[in-house]
Amino acid sequence: MLDSNSQPLFEKSWDIVIIGGGNAGLCAAITAAERGCSVLVIETAPREFRGGNTRHTRNLRSVHDEPTDVMTDRYTFEEYWDDLMRVTKGVTNEPLAKLTLESSQALMEWLIERGVRFQKALSGTLNLNHTNAFFLGGGRAMLNSLCRFAESVGVNFVYEAEVTDILLENGFCESVDVTWEGQSYRVRCKQLITASGGFEADLDWLAEGWGDAAKNFLVRGTPYNKGKVLRVLLDRGAQPVGSLDQCHAVAIDARAPKYDGGIASRVDGVPFGVVLNKSAKRFYDEGEDFWPKRYAIWGRLVASQPDQIAYAIVDSEGVERFMPSVFAPIADDTIEGLASKLSIDPVAAKNTVDAFNAACPDGPIDQMSLDGKATKGLTPEKSNWSAPISKPPFFGYPLRPGITFTYMGVAVNDRAQVLMKDGKPAANLFAAGEIMAGNVLGQGYLGGIGMTIGGVFGRIAGAEAARVLNR
Amino acid sequence: MSLTDNIEADGFDLKSFLDPEAAGEVIRVMQICNACRYCEGFCAVFPAMTRRRQFDEGDVGYLANLCHNCGACYHACQYAPPHEFGVNVPQALAAARNDSYAAYAWPAPLAGLFRRNGLFVTLGVSAGLALTVGLMLAMIAPQLFWGVHLGEGAFYRIMPHTMMAAVPLAISAFVVVSFVMGWRRYWRHTGAKWSGFPDLVDAVKAAATLRHLGGDTSSGVLSGPGCPTGDDGSSNARRIYHQLTMYGFLLCFAATSVGTIYHYGFGREAPYGYFELPVVLGTVGGIILCIGTAGLFVEKRRLHPSVRHDEGLGMDYAFIVSLFFVSFTGLLLLAVRETSFMGVTLAIHLGVVYGFFLILPFSKFVHGLYRFAALIASAGEARRS
Repeated sequence: MLDSNSQPLFEKSWDIVIIGGGNAGLCAAITAAERGCSVLVIETAPREFRGGNTRHTRNLRSVHDEPTDVMTDRYTFEEYWDDLMRVTKGVTNEPLAKLTLESSQALMEWLIERGVRFQKALSGTLNLNHTNAFFLGGGRAMLNSLCRFAESVGVNFVYEAEVTDILLENGFCESVDVTWEGQSYRVRCKQLITASGGFEADLDWLAEGWGDAAKNFLVRGTPYNKGKVLRVLLDRGAQPVGSLDQCHAVAIDARAPKYDGGIASRVDGVPFGVVLNKSAKRFYDEGEDFWPKRYAIWGRLVASQPDQIAYAIVDSEGVERFMPSVFAPIADDTIEGLASKLSIDPVAAKNTVDAFNAACPDGPIDQMSLDGKATKGLTPEKSNWSAPISKPPFFGYPLRPGITFTYMGVAVNDRAQVLMKDGKPAANLFAAGEIMAGNVLGQGYLGGIGMTIGGVFGRIAGAEAARVLNR
Repeated sequence: MSLTDNIEADGFDLKSFLDPEAAGEVIRVMQICNACRYCEGFCAVFPAMTRRRQFDEGDVGYLANLCHNCGACYHACQYAPPHEFGVNVPQALAAARNDSYAAYAWPAPLAGLFRRNGLFVTLGVSAGLALTVGLMLAMIAPQLFWGVHLGEGAFYRIMPHTMMAAVPLAISAFVVVSFVMGWRRYWRHTGAKWSGFPDLVDAVKAAATLRHLGGDTSSGVLSGPGCPTGDDGSSNARRIYHQLTMYGFLLCFAATSVGTIYHYGFGREAPYGYFELPVVLGTVGGIILCIGTAGLFVEKRRLHPSVRHDEGLGMDYAFIVSLFFVSFTGLLLLAVRETSFMGVTLAIHLGVVYGFFLILPFSKFVHGLYRFAALIASAGEARRS
């Protein structure tokens, strides 16, 4: 709202300052402003790139007991709970997880009332409409709606402003230090809500968990999630949650931009061919399960290969079996030729593909089911959809680990208050969104739950901060 | 669809068809969009895109004419500038659409008129006007022209009915042939398929409600968000004004048709009474056409600069303005028809109307033609898939 004229905003004393203008920050801002609080949202990105990773999201996972306009069938609390327990293997704070899931349905309604539009349920083979509601136009459209609504209830925004420090004494926060247009400001606030995301765009920090491999990671999301606020909180005595090397990473096209490639950088061809490493060897079962159930492990798999690079290879039949990718595949009429173009050893690549072809069973594959068309005699075997890569032209996609978000954050309680190392909650410091998502999602991945956690805890943080102020 | 399939005997050559730069940009952008697909709920363009893996020039012509330029996808786009992917679907499609109007126009040599259209429309209308007025003055006695004429056949004392009707008849014949040719070219170029009347019904519904300018395919007539006015708001104003324009135009067209039936069917000559059907249809149509075109003019000016295609704007304005004058002079004629200004007003109105229809195949009017064809094709694709 007030970009060019932000200086006076820094001189005011605010009821509530919110760091980060994504889903969680906006839910908190609206909730607090609706209760009469003065609210300043400090966003580090320029307006065009505002909203952190929310800009790249598409949907929200929500309980619903009967079919709605935007979700098919029903998705009960129990089912949601089972899914969460399956992916996290129990690495979760159960009361907070329960709170998240229970509040998900009300969150949907709350968002709709505030102008967020969801798209009508799609009918398709791989649709997630049973569990997730899709934003009409995706996350940026959702952000635009929420920002518009927030401005209408009096929330103030400042863009391209970076928080450099938080003055936190004995769990009490008085002010935050902000750099804006080369000047430093100390902004006073009664309550502080941190909703500033994870640290996936800070490759050095990632390297603390991943070693040098992190240098070859591509960051699918916003380049602004450098975790600076998270670092400050941890340095100032907040209790960490989640482990440093836990992240959601998938295998994406190696030609994608270093940052911000988003959804379009994905490659869905893995199950319909072979994946070779730099030495032209296969290293994992490409057909272990349906792609939507397996794509989340391939970031890690590629990350553990030499130089963090791999190559998915399909033939002219395989290439038709998955969604086109944003970068045209590298093509050649021979495997050797393709290998040369991909800069891997042509003879080794040819040997690997020939051995794979020889181990494939007869008959057509059925990509709509786990067809059991498995190879025989390979290490590793391919369990499903094994068809010879024999019909030229052949296509190759270079793959790199693409990190989407990190899990390590600050511990919170059910009022979204940040917990300090002594286990006590900070008096006026809250956290919502990716910065605390690790409380609920300790490991694994469940599509759309990040937005649910952000929205639920954003609302809680906004309401609690306002309540403390007797609003 | 191969390139050669699209080269017609009359020299209709795909290769020289759309501006390669404009078409290339659409193809580039569609390849990015097709790997994202977040926008699939907005309109028919994105579902049509997902039915393709690759895009040729025919697809560009099809998608360009399916787009209503609402801008919703631009403001929702995670890859919009300044992102390095630089995706701007509405502008890419608008540039290609503007090209396609020229490409499908018949006769082909006149196609160039699309490029400098704003000027041409004005020239065309003025020429028509001058011609009509000149003819009248030459053919009738000035005292008759400035006289007051009342009762049946009053108009025809200024200009004989045979002549008043012969000019539009000739123009109509030309316009119809030109439209048929344009439609045929569009249909062949885009590889559209006719698969039955349900498609037509669906296209009529989409056009009648302007479904795809609602910003949400699944929403009702006015429950959609409408066109974004930036990343901070949206409005249904353009949709409303467009429909006022379209229905106003159709009512005026109906007025003329009913008048023709009165004339030849019942031997009753214009002018008709204020409460007779042709006048009621024309008056209501004319008023809402005036409101619609004036509103569209304002809304065009308010289009977000990122979504606006400036090169095509002259054509838009010229069409809107000339349509406004068609309706405005018609209403004026109604107001002054019992005064001595009837003659000159009739001359101006007829001139504007003749001019408008003469350049119809080279004006923005064709957007309706190709968009309707695209809607039929899109309904067919959706049904078959």
